[in-house]
Amino acid sequence: MLARAPWSLVLRSRGLRTRGVHSPGGTAQAEDKMPPYINCYALRSYPMPEDPCCTELSAEQQALKEKEKGSWAQLTKAEKVALYRLQYNETFAEMNRRSNEWKTVMGGVFFFVGVTGLIIWWKRVYVFPEKPITLTDQWKAQQLQRILDMKGNPVQGLAARWDYDKKEWKK
Amino acid sequence: MSSGALAKPQMRGLLARRLRIHMVGAFILSIGAGAYYKFAVGDQRKKAYADFYRNYDSMKDFEEMRKAGIFQSAK
Repeated sequence: MLARAPWSLVLRSRGLRTRGVHSPGGTAQAEDKMPPYINCYALRSYPMPEDPCCTELSAEQQALKEKEKGSWAQLTKAEKVALYRLQYNETFAEMNRRSNEWKTVMGGVFFFVGVTGLIIWWKRVYVFPEKPITLTDQWKAQQLQRILDMKGNPVQGLAARWDYDKKEWKK
Repeated sequence: MSSGALAKPQMRGLLARRLRIHMVGAFILSIGAGAYYKFAVGDQRKKAYADFYRNYDSMKDFEEMRKAGIFQSAK
């Protein structure tokens, strides 16, 4: 069964990919809690993956694994780090690092909004029909005059902002 | 692994601390929003209506509207 790594992980983990890309048959046993994409990559929301990162161990790595079965107090700091690297392919700091993806996303969004604007401009010039009579300026002016005559919203709204003595908008 | 290189992070009580901070913040924000709305919107509106109707002459208003020609039943 081939590993199904997501695109973002493939692109991001440049050097670390060379070490271990397997999910060696362990998926059948871990069916109750399905991992997001693959069994040996950790995510912030799935911090303990099912399978270790490196399953092909060299001789000294196997010796280290044997030593791990004893008391952990006898392991040196370097050995503990080596064991960690065998099990997990990224530390929390590496796993949670930021990326510059947001710039690409925002750039793409703005670009497509701009393209849409150009398309609509073209439509306005070549496609749209004449405005209906109720949207012409003369009709809209007569409509506004009628609303002011009826004193629509005289307390806080439209007619409240019109000065009836001077026949202009209040300053 | 990295003994002594970094300070030990806060291990316990994380949710309780978060809840405390957010509870206080939620109370402050909601009471603040309510108070702001009451004063800036509610009381303002009541004052505007009171001022409008204090010296309101409905017959004069009607006469102005009738002269403007919007009524069908009273020309």
